Amino acid sequence: MILDAFVQLGEMLVVLLFSPLLVGYVRKLKALLVGRRGPPMLQPYRDLLKLLRKDVVLAESASWLFRVAPYLIFACTWVAAALVPTFATGLLFSYAADMIAIVALLGSARFMLALAGLDVGTSFGGIGSSREMMIASLAEPAMLMVVFTVALLAGSTQLSSIAAFMQGPGVGLRVSLAMALVALVIVAIAENGRIPVDNPATHLELTMVHEAMILEYSGRHLAMIELASHLKLLLYVSVIGCVFAPWGLAVSGQGLAAYLTGLGVYAAKLAAAGSLLAVFETAIAKMRVFRYSDFLGAALMLGILATLLLFVSRIAA
Amino acid sequence: MSPLALDVAHLFAGGLVLVSLMLLYQDRMTGLINIFALHALVVSASVAWQAYIQHAPHLYITAAIALVIKAIVIPLALHRIVVRLGIHRTIEPVVGIGLTMLAGIGLIALSIMVMLPITSQAGTLAREDLSFSLSVILLGLLMMISRRNAVSQVIGFLSIENGLILAATGARGMPLVVEISVAFSILIALIVIGIFLFRIRERFETVDIHLLHEHRGEQP
Amino acid sequence: MALAALLWCASALLASAVAAPLLARHRAASAFVYGISLCVSATGLVLSAAALLSPASLGATLVLPVGLPWLGAHFRLDALAAFFLVVINLGGAAASLYALGYGRHEEAPGRVLPFYPAFLAGMNLVLLAADAFTFLFSWEFMSLSSWALVMAHHRRPGNATAGYLYLLMASFGTLALLLAFGLLAGASGGYEFQAIRQAPPSSAIASVVLVLALIGAGSKAGLVPLHVWLPLAHPAAPTHVSALMSGVMTKVAVYGFVRIVFDLLGSPAWWWGALVPLLGGVTAVLGVLYALLQEDLKRLLAYSTVENIGIIFIGLGLALAFEANEMTGAAALALTAALLHVFNHSLFKSLLFFGAGAVLGATGERNMERLGGLIHRMPRTALAFLVGSAAISALPPFNGFVSEWLTFQAILLSPALPQWLLKFLVPAVGALLALSAALAGACFVKAFGITFLGRPRTPIAREAAETDRWSLAAMLTLAALCLLAGILPGYFIDALAPVVEALTGANLPRQEQLDWLTIVPVAQSRSSYNGLLLFFFIALAAGVGAEVIHRFASRSLRRSAAWDCGFPDPSPSTQYTAGSFSQPIRRVFGSVLFGAREEVRMPPPGDSRPATLEVRLRDVPWDVLYAPTAKAVDFIAGLLNRLQFLTIRGYLTLVFGALVALLMVLTLWQ
Repeated sequence: MILDAFVQLGEMLVVLLFSPLLVGYVRKLKALLVGRRGPPMLQPYRDLLKLLRKDVVLAESASWLFRVAPYLIFACTWVAAALVPTFATGLLFSYAADMIAIVALLGSARFMLALAGLDVGTSFGGIGSSREMMIASLAEPAMLMVVFTVALLAGSTQLSSIAAFMQGPGVGLRVSLAMALVALVIVAIAENGRIPVDNPATHLELTMVHEAMILEYSGRHLAMIELASHLKLLLYVSVIGCVFAPWGLAVSGQGLAAYLTGLGVYAAKLAAAGSLLAVFETAIAKMRVFRYSDFLGAALMLGILATLLLFVSRIAA
Repeated sequence: MSPLALDVAHLFAGGLVLVSLMLLYQDRMTGLINIFALHALVVSASVAWQAYIQHAPHLYITAAIALVIKAIVIPLALHRIVVRLGIHRTIEPVVGIGLTMLAGIGLIALSIMVMLPITSQAGTLAREDLSFSLSVILLGLLMMISRRNAVSQVIGFLSIENGLILAATGARGMPLVVEISVAFSILIALIVIGIFLFRIRERFETVDIHLLHEHRGEQP
Repeated sequence: MALAALLWCASALLASAVAAPLLARHRAASAFVYGISLCVSATGLVLSAAALLSPASLGATLVLPVGLPWLGAHFRLDALAAFFLVVINLGGAAASLYALGYGRHEEAPGRVLPFYPAFLAGMNLVLLAADAFTFLFSWEFMSLSSWALVMAHHRRPGNATAGYLYLLMASFGTLALLLAFGLLAGASGGYEFQAIRQAPPSSAIASVVLVLALIGAGSKAGLVPLHVWLPLAHPAAPTHVSALMSGVMTKVAVYGFVRIVFDLLGSPAWWWGALVPLLGGVTAVLGVLYALLQEDLKRLLAYSTVENIGIIFIGLGLALAFEANEMTGAAALALTAALLHVFNHSLFKSLLFFGAGAVLGATGERNMERLGGLIHRMPRTALAFLVGSAAISALPPFNGFVSEWLTFQAILLSPALPQWLLKFLVPAVGALLALSAALAGACFVKAFGITFLGRPRTPIAREAAETDRWSLAAMLTLAALCLLAGILPGYFIDALAPVVEALTGANLPRQEQLDWLTIVPVAQSRSSYNGLLLFFFIALAAGVGAEVIHRFASRSLRRSAAWDCGFPDPSPSTQYTAGSFSQPIRRVFGSVLFGAREEVRMPPPGDSRPATLEVRLRDVPWDVLYAPTAKAVDFIAGLLNRLQFLTIRGYLTLVFGALVALLMVLTLWQ
């Protein structure tokens, strides 16, 4: 019981500490791939510390919501990330939220972020908020269809049960899962604001979605929001790892050695995912805003098709 | 039949349906022809796998014919026709892409709903392949009616034939003679269509069907 | 016992409705009437909640010697009625509390005060009715009193049309319900619900009754395509009445549907479980898309009601599908989800309407594009409206998420359905539900953001003042209830158990014994949700974050002009407006569904006239269904108009012809 509590606490700290490292790793690899030396991998930690030490400059028209939002966004994203099995399943409080609740928690964070974008009353904030809500209105249904597909297969929406099912023999090689994986990757790219949907390194109006909403933030508020967006990337990578590559996850009750092995395997999964993301982002150009609906519509179609095809395969026929 | 074998067969058949949907999504000529080559590739891989698990060596020949003729020869020929006729490179759909894709998904659901209950006596492999092949056929028909371009209609027609191959192999083997005759007739049809396309292009300077309507003589 | 007390409550409301015109001139009249409504509704709430929580006291019938002489008026309090009475009276109490403050700026109290308690009384009587005549009489009474309230400000532009359309649709709905009850009573003419229950109709008649119930109850609830009156009529009424109409009267319509289809019709056919969820799904998506296109705050909320009614009907339809296939556990889950959403929606929709009313009272504006920055001037109203917006967007830890989560869990049970159409339709409806939930979030970011955040767009918004404390009390109470229902959903699910048990014969596992107040709809291994823990964790995470920051990071803060990439614009008109916020979504969804077309007209260079952007939309149900029907009715009426101008000989010919025809029918019949 005590060990379980420690593991849950460890999970919360792991996601918090690994997320800037993942982002730093992706940035370094992207730079190397285009022939630059790039910033050091620990630079995101230094950026966060620098931001924490700076003053907050608030716009005159900002309200209490602007000041409270970063904490709420950070809290919702951290809680959601801490509920995803990263190195161990069967966490102490994993029954508090299943996949649908995790998606909805991210929706809460996005709600507050969009409102914060509208708070100061500039046109940049408006651009960011309206585009973000448009992307969300397509990405959330696609994500839920992926959840349906996986849940119909695994018989549960709890991530621990899904991971256990995926590790077991009953899965086989299914085209529905392949489609669900592609749809989930598309949704993850859209939700985290990576190329081809949004460019995390730019400040040009035409290419901003996330950056536009947080344009007016500074100092410690900006640090919390940046940390929350790092956590969101880690969360999506963890979900993909937990559902589609669940090997190496320690089951609760197996002892300390299993947890440490799980941690090592998790770090390897993060490195692999980061490498794939860096290669993908370097190889593809950003698409126009009007094409987002085609891109995310493809994810939605794949999700629906994956659910349909499940009914044909041997489990439900 | 081992579950892995069934799963791989299911993977190929489902992949064929997915590639048919991708065919509907294309709005450029070169993309369309390349995806059609992929379509033929998936169908030949599927037939080759069936040959392996059903221990029916004559199906390997079917797979080879599909690979050579439909994945290599016909796409190359179509690329050349497109270049020589100078055909407009974008394909306009009649209704928007989104609605066409939704209709496609509806057709897949419809074919599954129709095929699965009536084949309840057959084996799992046959049931899956029949449902998916009906989907591919319906999607090919949808492609033919929802595009304004003659080349895309030809490709839709050819993808229907791929669906028929899937159905025939799934239903436990197809005599080689039938396959050769079917493939041969398709080849003849393609040559004839190609000749017609040249003539239409020469006469009317376009192969856009919408514009050709004016020459039918019945229009007001 | 409770039944008699509730009938006395209804009578008290009717008495105050009668007394109101006599007092209307008096200064304290509105305080008197609303105060009485508040006390009576609160009493009704306590009584019905007590009845719901102690199921042994339910089931008594009372027959009063009013109404039709051979029928009397039957009243009965069973679990379903008790639950809906809780919803109605909670909404009524909240609206009366709000109106104690809001009613003070009513310019024509004589037009509102008599009808408001009558409206409440009518709704209570519909729920207590146990025979068709009492039901229909109370239903019409409710419709007419709400129509009178819609026409209260009839000189304002648009209100008269709204009232006319409302009356038309209400009469049409009552006609459908009349036919439905007629079919149910059958040739024997037994109009009491008890008699109808004991004589279930044949499947053909049952199907016709279902369609009639869908038309009748659906038009009052707002199902597409019968929803057209709702966005015109709900905003036209005074705000507390709008809240009642949207939050509470639509639930009475849902009650009518549940009573007829689940209780009186016996076992359903499987295709009902295909039709109803499909209608619900289409309603949900269309409702929220319409809401996204609005710039009038109250019309946006009315369309959002249409969306939520769609979600409720999805749950009800799923329950029918499972019920038709004897899967009672799954049916219980779907029905619980639908009824819980009934309760949740009445809470947050009333809250949102109260906020809109507060804004209207403070600024006189309903158009969002003339507001903005109200969070500085009306902070408590903004907080309550924020809670309502978060709740309606189905965000944890509020209550809207719980009912949507339960609906999704019910959808995940669909592979066990044997019919293939249902197997495919249910996940498709799930996709529609997910789409409407995501779009609702966008809609309420727009509603809250454009109205309350940003900079004030007009001088009126700059000078707004906070509302009075009665309105605030009502709003903050409802906001607290939204949070409570989201954190402790297990108690509410258990309270619904007798209702679900009576209608489907099965039950969810009892929730209150589970650790930490988790809810487990089917089995622990399948899925669970713990709102309390989530709320606790979010608060803890936010607290830890704030503490660490304030301990180790810089605490300084200074105000300055907005950064705006170095080009701050002093004019507030450069902010996003309601139309611009929804432009990406309008572009994605609107071009197909509403034929949305944008046209930009730029004057030539050197010309100083402004450029214009025009957005043209088509209302498809109106163009396809209503406009042709109206034209056809006009045409037939024009033809029949000639009957007015016949000669004496013409009229005699008509009488003679009718007589001869009747005699021929008589001979043929024999």
